[in-house]
Amino acid sequence: MIRYLARRLLSLALSLIAASIVIFAVIEVIPGDPAAYMLGLNASPEAVEALRDQLGLNGTAFSRYLDWAGGLLQGDFGQSYTYRVPVAELIGERIQVSLPLAAYALALTVLIAFPVGLIAAARRGRPADWGIMAATQLGIAIPNFWFAMLLVLLFAVKLHWFSAGGFPGWEGGLAAGLKALTLPAIALALPQASILARVMRSSLIDTLHQDYIRTARAKGLTRRQALLRHALRNGLIPVLTIMGLQFSFLLAGAIIIENVFFLPGLGRLIFQAITQRDLIVVESVVMLLVFAVIVVNFVVDIAYGAADPRLRRRR
Amino acid sequence: MTAMIEARGLSLAIHATPILRGVSFALREGETFGLVGESGSGKSMTALSLMRLLPEGAEASGEILLDGRDLMALGEAEMCDLRGREMAMISQEPMTALNPVQTIADQVAETLIVHGAARPREARRIALERLARVGLPPDAIPPDRYPHELSGGQRQRVAIAMAIALRPRLLIADEPTTALDVTTQAQILALLKGLVREEGMGLMLITHDLAVVAGMADRVAVMQEGWIVEEGDTESLFTRMRHPYTRALFEASAHQPERRATARAEPLLVAEDVVREYRMPGLRLFGPAPRFRAVDHVSFTIHKGESLGLVGESGCGKSTLTRALLGLDPIDGGRIRLGGEEITAGRHMPARLRRRMQVVFQDPYASFDPRWKVGRLVAEPFHLLETPPEDPGARVAEVLADVGLPADATDRYIHEFSGGQRQRIAIARALVLSPDLVILDEAVSALDVSIRAQILDLLADLQARLGLAWLFISHDLNVVRAITDRVLVMQAGRIVEEGQTERVLTAPEHPYTQTLIKAAPQIPAAWRKALHG
Repeated sequence: MIRYLARRLLSLALSLIAASIVIFAVIEVIPGDPAAYMLGLNASPEAVEALRDQLGLNGTAFSRYLDWAGGLLQGDFGQSYTYRVPVAELIGERIQVSLPLAAYALALTVLIAFPVGLIAAARRGRPADWGIMAATQLGIAIPNFWFAMLLVLLFAVKLHWFSAGGFPGWEGGLAAGLKALTLPAIALALPQASILARVMRSSLIDTLHQDYIRTARAKGLTRRQALLRHALRNGLIPVLTIMGLQFSFLLAGAIIIENVFFLPGLGRLIFQAITQRDLIVVESVVMLLVFAVIVVNFVVDIAYGAADPRLRRRR
Repeated sequence: MTAMIEARGLSLAIHATPILRGVSFALREGETFGLVGESGSGKSMTALSLMRLLPEGAEASGEILLDGRDLMALGEAEMCDLRGREMAMISQEPMTALNPVQTIADQVAETLIVHGAARPREARRIALERLARVGLPPDAIPPDRYPHELSGGQRQRVAIAMAIALRPRLLIADEPTTALDVTTQAQILALLKGLVREEGMGLMLITHDLAVVAGMADRVAVMQEGWIVEEGDTESLFTRMRHPYTRALFEASAHQPERRATARAEPLLVAEDVVREYRMPGLRLFGPAPRFRAVDHVSFTIHKGESLGLVGESGCGKSTLTRALLGLDPIDGGRIRLGGEEITAGRHMPARLRRRMQVVFQDPYASFDPRWKVGRLVAEPFHLLETPPEDPGARVAEVLADVGLPADATDRYIHEFSGGQRQRIAIARALVLSPDLVILDEAVSALDVSIRAQILDLLADLQARLGLAWLFISHDLNVVRAITDRVLVMQAGRIVEEGQTERVLTAPEHPYTQTLIKAAPQIPAAWRKALHG
């Protein structure tokens, strides 16, 4: 197990290095000079050149890569070109919103998808299953920003249960923070839960056709017992895979919902940074997201081992 | 004595297709009842009907009486209470019949727990006892193992322990040994026999193998297309065989095709000192990884026109050796020559060498692309020729005729054919380039006895006409006896005995060969004599 972990960690580090090279190279070829952008259209070439020097944009690509990557290793993400503050500070503020929001949305996703998927599998081919399949189809089809606006109209404008947007910060207490994230989390969770419930249903139905389910029934287990005790854990592997992908997506892909609810999250940060050619922020946020995805995959791998003893020894 | 369980006029249709057509039989306490038939005869569905575990879309009628109580009238909850307690079932595939994510002790204990027979701690204690009873004592096989850590035979023992945990009165065993090696089969059958004797259970043994029931059952019923065509106590059934189908089944199982000697003294394929190793699943970071020697200094010769058998149990290295002979895997020592030319694995192997050697596998469905028509499937080996034949269609039609298929088969897909026909197509594909040697890897093992007899006739006929050499790999000694001139016996990567087939099978020298032959179930010679006399 320790060797397995060591090998996984090594491949994790190699993936990160590879990702950092790719990200750096892509940013290199994107047109647009941050210095010229910052100084405006009327700046003199000398002033731009001086700023390029100051920002460290002039060395060779290789030395700039080393500077940047070396900084990353020490937790120094550099200075934002636009805001003139450390990138780490910017990211730190934003991640306080994005990470809890992603976790909240994923928790809701699981809370909805597991029971719904189970019920659909247990009653496959019957009205409850049809109803669930139709509802989840709708859940996938509805654009989530539109659903988000419906939520705002109902719960904020009409019922006044929640505010329509903004984030008060965690200083106001956990409850206030969570409350502000509730509507966005629901809006994010709806399509994800629909997808996950369908994956869960089809995975469970596959499992229910296995020989060991018949063995369980021959022992005297009821349909429901066979489903819960034998099919559920075996059916979980594909569900875990999808959950890992969903978490990575929720972390960075919430930009539209962040905009609908005026949330200062990572999605908005990266969007603004791109429009302002604040390339160092773009690089760092993308790197952070890559890191998050790789870590989540690592956790999913470990979870596979927990769910399925056949995966523990080999590899 | 009155019946413990009795089926009266049991009929079954699945999505309106009739499967059982009024099946009646009775089983007494402590009796072993054999149900024999070919695939599709309805024997498994009879078992599932008794358990009331039929697939969706199945409609059953008739009566199933357990101590006079009609199970067909019971609700699902009452059936759940009976299953596992009064009646239990084990099935054919020990590899898939156990839950892969639960330990074996938990799975055995579950039978006790769901019936409220014991609390978890006590259930575990009883589970360990039952595991020990089926030959898996906790000190040898830790009860916290998972199914994938056990062999096929051990898994089947776990399945039996699960089934007998509550000492049911009826155990239904559906092809319990079909997927197992012959020595493992003998052990599992002995275990079942012992359980019947000691626990007084009734055993319903479902199998396609007449020899298995001959040694096990008190009474036998023969099924065909949803009917029981003949039933009686085992000895009188075997010695009389009133129904033509029973007789046909019996003849087919001992079928001896007419063979003509075609072997010449000229060597065709020569294997010298062949070694093939695998790296063990790597746990080591440094140093050489531990290696497993699957083929260990194997030497033999196949002569032109000869039929050579290769027998051995699963894991003995048969398949690894086959792959090496075909040039699919590299070898780690020794050499293999075909007609004097050395066989090398991978791209180095010239097409002209490859086309002299073809192979037919066990599963006639899995070895075809389901989206190709038969004409294209059979013509595929033509890519090994530098100049394709002028009229490939004519050659395809010719080999299809050789294997006894109509010419219009070329326009159909593989799923439109029966198992036996598919195997004929696989043989046609192997023959289309007129090879010198065809490797038949368990090529008749998945077929019903009557189909198997036809394919053996076909093989004998092809060899006589075309002067081909066969390498016939099988675990079934009867089949090897019927179709080969010489036989190799392989154990743990080595050839332990080699000789004329008749000599090896009647007077084996190596202890392992003796074990194999002793383990193979046989219909008593006296019964055979009585039947023919």
